[in-house]
Amino acid sequence: MRRIISILMENEPGALSRVVGLFSQRGYNIDSLTVAPIEDQSLSRLTLTTTGDDKIIEQITKQLNKLIDVVKVIDLTDGPHVERELMLLKVRAGGAQRAEIKRTVDIFRGQIVDVSTTGYTVQIAGASSKLDAFIAALPEADIVEVARTGVSGLSRGDKSLRL
Amino acid sequence: MELMSGGDILVRALHEAGVEHLWGYPGGAALHIYDAIFRQDQLKHILCRHEQAAVHAADGYARATGKVGAALVTSGPGATNAITGIATAYMDSIPMVVVSGQVTQDKIGDDAFQETDMVGISRPIVKHSFMVRRQEDIAETIAKAFYIASTGRPGPVVVDIPKDVTDPNVKVAYKYPEKTRIRSYQPTTKGHSGQIKRAVKTLLAAKKPVIYAGGGVIMAEASEYLTELAKLLNYPVTNTLMGLGCYPGSDRQFLGMLGMHGTFEANTAMHHADVILAVGARFDDRVTNTPAKFCPEATIIHIDIDPTSISKTVNADIPIVGSCDVVLQDMLDQIRDTGKKPDQEALGGWWRQIDEWRARHGLYTASRYEPSSGSVIKPQDVIKSLYKITQGQAFVTSDVGQHQMFAAQYYLFDKPRRWINSGGLGTMGFGLPAAMGVKMAHPDADVACVTGEGSIQMCIQELSTCTQHQLPVKIITLNNQALGMVKQWQDMQYGSRYSHILYEDSLPDFVRLAEAYGHVGIKVTSFDELDEKMAECFAMKDRTVFMDIYVDPSEHVYPMHVAPNGAMRDLWLSKTERT
Repeated sequence: MRRIISILMENEPGALSRVVGLFSQRGYNIDSLTVAPIEDQSLSRLTLTTTGDDKIIEQITKQLNKLIDVVKVIDLTDGPHVERELMLLKVRAGGAQRAEIKRTVDIFRGQIVDVSTTGYTVQIAGASSKLDAFIAALPEADIVEVARTGVSGLSRGDKSLRL
Repeated sequence: MELMSGGDILVRALHEAGVEHLWGYPGGAALHIYDAIFRQDQLKHILCRHEQAAVHAADGYARATGKVGAALVTSGPGATNAITGIATAYMDSIPMVVVSGQVTQDKIGDDAFQETDMVGISRPIVKHSFMVRRQEDIAETIAKAFYIASTGRPGPVVVDIPKDVTDPNVKVAYKYPEKTRIRSYQPTTKGHSGQIKRAVKTLLAAKKPVIYAGGGVIMAEASEYLTELAKLLNYPVTNTLMGLGCYPGSDRQFLGMLGMHGTFEANTAMHHADVILAVGARFDDRVTNTPAKFCPEATIIHIDIDPTSISKTVNADIPIVGSCDVVLQDMLDQIRDTGKKPDQEALGGWWRQIDEWRARHGLYTASRYEPSSGSVIKPQDVIKSLYKITQGQAFVTSDVGQHQMFAAQYYLFDKPRRWINSGGLGTMGFGLPAAMGVKMAHPDADVACVTGEGSIQMCIQELSTCTQHQLPVKIITLNNQALGMVKQWQDMQYGSRYSHILYEDSLPDFVRLAEAYGHVGIKVTSFDELDEKMAECFAMKDRTVFMDIYVDPSEHVYPMHVAPNGAMRDLWLSKTERT
């Protein structure tokens, strides 16, 4: 099952490599990963998506908690949560296609952030599944380049990941 | 406030952290530190002959004392040589701090001379690591390193220090923190009271209980409480390879070691148990055999300080996260408070069953191997002789292989911290340097390194360290002229095709080799002289003695788990007999 795990960790050199190293060392997968400092500059928040059964996910969260640099770990998929991923996508759009692609972008509530004579650069945010759907809606041969940030997320309601 | 250089700060901070003995090897990036060591007399530095040995010695010292072991190495090859030692300590949760020199910060990343990314290369085998970038941070980092190494589930911590940080010309104020606090690191020591209550209830209701205790009991100094609990309930106890000595080996309630080369009675009792109390043990694959077939009837109570050890390979029904000493004390209190006793009738029947198993195939009720005679010396008899001559009181280190298993089976340890071996990583070459560490910690005790002619050659250069630092350890070599454990597997699984386990007459004359280092060498080729020579060896209190004992090369270690796909009770009992 797909899981979104958020980690609050010391904003120190080497902390990221310890997290990433743990996954490769113990044979777990990282499907996506995003990390940046939070408002308290001494801390970073790392969010990753992985897959595994309950036993594996339990080991992953325990192993993450065991890392000295890790302050807190939360499995966002344990409860209601908001999940977002940002994608920039460059697509060929010329001639008759130009209007059609614009319509598809609108349907997905994306924005065209750059225009050239041959195509668009589209920005689109949402759950990863929405980004996948957008890619699937475009003619595959016309997609020039895709950059995705990886998933970020927060728990719904009062639940939070903080010190 | 006193201004000091980084090198001086490091040495003083190490001393303040409790280090008396520092095992190491100098080199370019560590020169400022070595100069600081030269100019002081608080720390005793022991020059080894290889960085791996320095780390093993610090490890042996830590295992024998419970204190944090300390080693110092230079950058590059010094650091990489230390890796095997660090991994050994990591796998067995040994508290240790390894300080490594590093190239100057302006050269990091340039592939400078003797540069290696020590923090990166050691990352998967340390509890934590630091690179110190400023003189001002040295003392605090050392304090943190010792705090992390020694608390929670202990483990090795690496402190990598670039050469410019120990520059004698840059001086800053020395300040060692009074208290160390790390916001992201707060290990649990006290167990959940509700879980302990459930555990006590389950334990008291058991009809066929077994206490399965491991190295965590020794780490937590919980042997006394474990013994008290076992005695109070009259429950049988088995130990892991790492746990030997945490419960008295010569006690009636002790079933011997469990696992791949565990006793018939321990493995069979585990298989049929209805309640297993696992304390400071981690259900290692060398214990469980096939996890899916592990102890099918048992409700498992698992006490461990490390949550990742719980339900990792075998599911725990009642997990208790906490330090073994604290949790066992709470359990003892609760058992006494209930005023209840286990079902005596059921327990009586269980003991009768266990005694029947012991009589049938137990290692301690009758001899399970052909007797030694003339020039045929059985390796088991060497361990029995060692046990007899040292009256069971020696500190015994070992290397890895058949001799290790024979020592674990036949030397009955009545006290914790007496049996010192590389259980998790299985590092050949560990025994001799570890014995040096033990001898440094306990100069008046008998310290024996049980080894083989294969293992001893992996760190044999340390015979020189023993000479220089007067470390009179006794090296008990079970010389079967082959890599015995590999040979056993080749016998059992590869049609006795002995691929690269023989030396073709290239073995050195160990007696003359020992003498070349200034030690005593004793060769034993006849069973009749074994006890006598062993006694002679231990009578030489102030000499390092190398016993080269020619043992029967055809002997195998039994019992042995039937694998793959076997359960705990599936054992080879001899070359021809199995359960």
